[in-house]
Amino acid sequence: MTVMEQRGAYRPTPPPAWQPRTDPAPLLPDALPHRVLGTEAAERVDPELLRRLYAELVRGRRYNAQATALTKQGRLAVYPSSTGQEACEVAAALVLEERDWLFPSYRDTLAAVARGLDPVQALTLLRGDWHTGYDPREHRIAPLCTPLATQLPHAVGLAHAAHLKGDDVVALALVGDGGTSEGDFHEALNFAAVWRAPVVFLVQNNGFAISVPLDKQTAAPSLAHKAVGYGMPGRLVDGNDAAAVYEVLSDAIAHARAGGGPTLVEAVTYRMEAHTNADDDKRYRGDSEVEAWRAHDPIALLERELTERGLLDEAGTRAAREAAEAMAADLRERMNQDPALDPMDLFAHVYAQPTTQLLEQEAQLRAELDAEAHHHEHENEHESEGTAR
Amino acid sequence: MTTVALKPATMAQALGRALRDAMADDPTVHVMGEDVGTLGGVFRVTDGLAKEFGEDRVTDTPLAEAGILGTAVGMAMYGLRPVVEMQFDAFAYPAFEQLISHVARMRNRTRGAMPLPITVRVPYGGGIGGVEHHSDSSEAYYIATPGLHVVTPATVADAYGLLRAAIASDDPVVFLEPKRLYWSKDTWNPDEPQTVDPIGRAAVRRHGRSATLITYGPSVPVCMEAAEAARAEGWDLEVVDLRSLVPFDDETVSASVRRTGRAVVVHESGGFGGPGGEIAARVTERCFHYLEAPVLRVAGFDIPYPPPMLERHHLPGVDRILDAVARLQWEAQS
Repeated sequence: MTVMEQRGAYRPTPPPAWQPRTDPAPLLPDALPHRVLGTEAAERVDPELLRRLYAELVRGRRYNAQATALTKQGRLAVYPSSTGQEACEVAAALVLEERDWLFPSYRDTLAAVARGLDPVQALTLLRGDWHTGYDPREHRIAPLCTPLATQLPHAVGLAHAAHLKGDDVVALALVGDGGTSEGDFHEALNFAAVWRAPVVFLVQNNGFAISVPLDKQTAAPSLAHKAVGYGMPGRLVDGNDAAAVYEVLSDAIAHARAGGGPTLVEAVTYRMEAHTNADDDKRYRGDSEVEAWRAHDPIALLERELTERGLLDEAGTRAAREAAEAMAADLRERMNQDPALDPMDLFAHVYAQPTTQLLEQEAQLRAELDAEAHHHEHENEHESEGTAR
Repeated sequence: MTTVALKPATMAQALGRALRDAMADDPTVHVMGEDVGTLGGVFRVTDGLAKEFGEDRVTDTPLAEAGILGTAVGMAMYGLRPVVEMQFDAFAYPAFEQLISHVARMRNRTRGAMPLPITVRVPYGGGIGGVEHHSDSSEAYYIATPGLHVVTPATVADAYGLLRAAIASDDPVVFLEPKRLYWSKDTWNPDEPQTVDPIGRAAVRRHGRSATLITYGPSVPVCMEAAEAARAEGWDLEVVDLRSLVPFDDETVSASVRRTGRAVVVHESGGFGGPGGEIAARVTERCFHYLEAPVLRVAGFDIPYPPPMLERHHLPGVDRILDAVARLQWEAQS
């Protein structure tokens, strides 16, 4: 038999262990970010939902402005603003049921507030009187997470645990475009897909990781495309279209609830302010880019829809603004009071039972505080003596 | 009088039994990690658990340590009590951010509202002829992180007792398992296993009057051997097995050193920045007027963990311990 005859008889087979897995086609995101506002789809959305989104966007914008102002007054140590991203923040909060869990990053205090958390409690981390200002279990809001993407595996684990217990609970985890480069993003999505955990990942692609633009962050076709490699659907949405973000998240959550597993949603949006009050965005981006996004403002997009369809009149606009002002005034007033600090709290929650070493250190601090108080008392005595003379 | 049948058991078996009993007692206990299910773990500690409790509670995870510990955090947030296995000491490093930034401080950052009862099992230390990245002494990293308890058993009975206590603890516990003691045998009554309560008490393994060897985990049997050999030199050594590095049992350690007046700290971890420096300082601060000599350390060298054919030169052995004991200024006594 010649070599050619042998070749003719040869039937190539795949390697023994190989078998077809998931069909990638249905997982792929749309070519363009999904839109609802200004399209026919908007007419199918409950007008009450649109009005609610609008009121929360207006309140959210005011909240961002007030929090930024509080940094200038020294009442907040730092504030990473979500101005321009309110549609994502608000939709993420409103789309969840009370029993569901939200996993925010440090830029997502607005999502927590829109979910009903007291703004003062939401801002505790950024004021600096403690790290987390609320009981996560009471509000089903995980602590605001600063190390990027490290909250994502927590969301997966919580969703998985709820699923094992038979509870109808979905976790929604928020992360930015920069966070998608972190290893924890990869590990969280992989675990979520393998476990078919009821979790939804919302990436707010706001264009920048502090100063670094997306093209230095990834070569992926879109961040939503990353989903396909994990075997979960990727969805691309206009992050400034509150109705679209709400719809896409709502679908993803329903999919998760029904046992369909996780979804990765990329919301294309823009950080209108600098990274924080301590950042200077003039060093890495031009005014024209910011102006282009200003024309695509989430509040303006929704306002146009509502006004054109006669769902919002001047009185409605005014009511939303007044509610926002009332929130800001209350926040301002309460944040202008010094928080009550107890240095002994430093030792109170390190362990369930303090170690003997911590008890010794606690006693040391107590003695230092007593000495300080005694010293002040002494000084005051001298002062009052001086006044008497 | 009933006689209890004491049978020899290995430390690995006792650890497995502790996991089994904890899972049977408490349905919120979940075991997760690489190869812990079908295979029963590379050291067979979790052997049989998946069969008994099912894959939902004994889970073969994807191969990613940050993901394992990170998802365990979320599970603990929802009320479960995860026991996580890191396959080897040096494979645990990807999980460090989760451990340090979340596991260790969740109770504190939430003012006690959300403690994380997670046990992180880490096989550690040398002496099994492991190739690179399989034999690190990583305890110094863990004890430098407030919010974690760090325990390590040296006996079969303690392996069971400490692991039960770790799983029952409402605080996160890094449970360091000395790899070279996995197959060490001891008579142990598996029908009446004892938990160690509370975590944080050292055990005097051998009483003596001349000097105290302060040690833990894999170095405990070495110190016991050294103490036997020291008898020929006329030294009657006391051996304190710390069992828990955090919390640290100052009371037992100080009481021993006050009795003997001399102390040597022995561990495999490198000396510079290792636990021995902290222990020596604590002993000196508390026992200065009782000390006849400076507190000495016998530690691993300050080198990357050696290849298996050279590791015996690195690990503290009987001779190196006795050399240190000989330097405890005995001449001042006469």
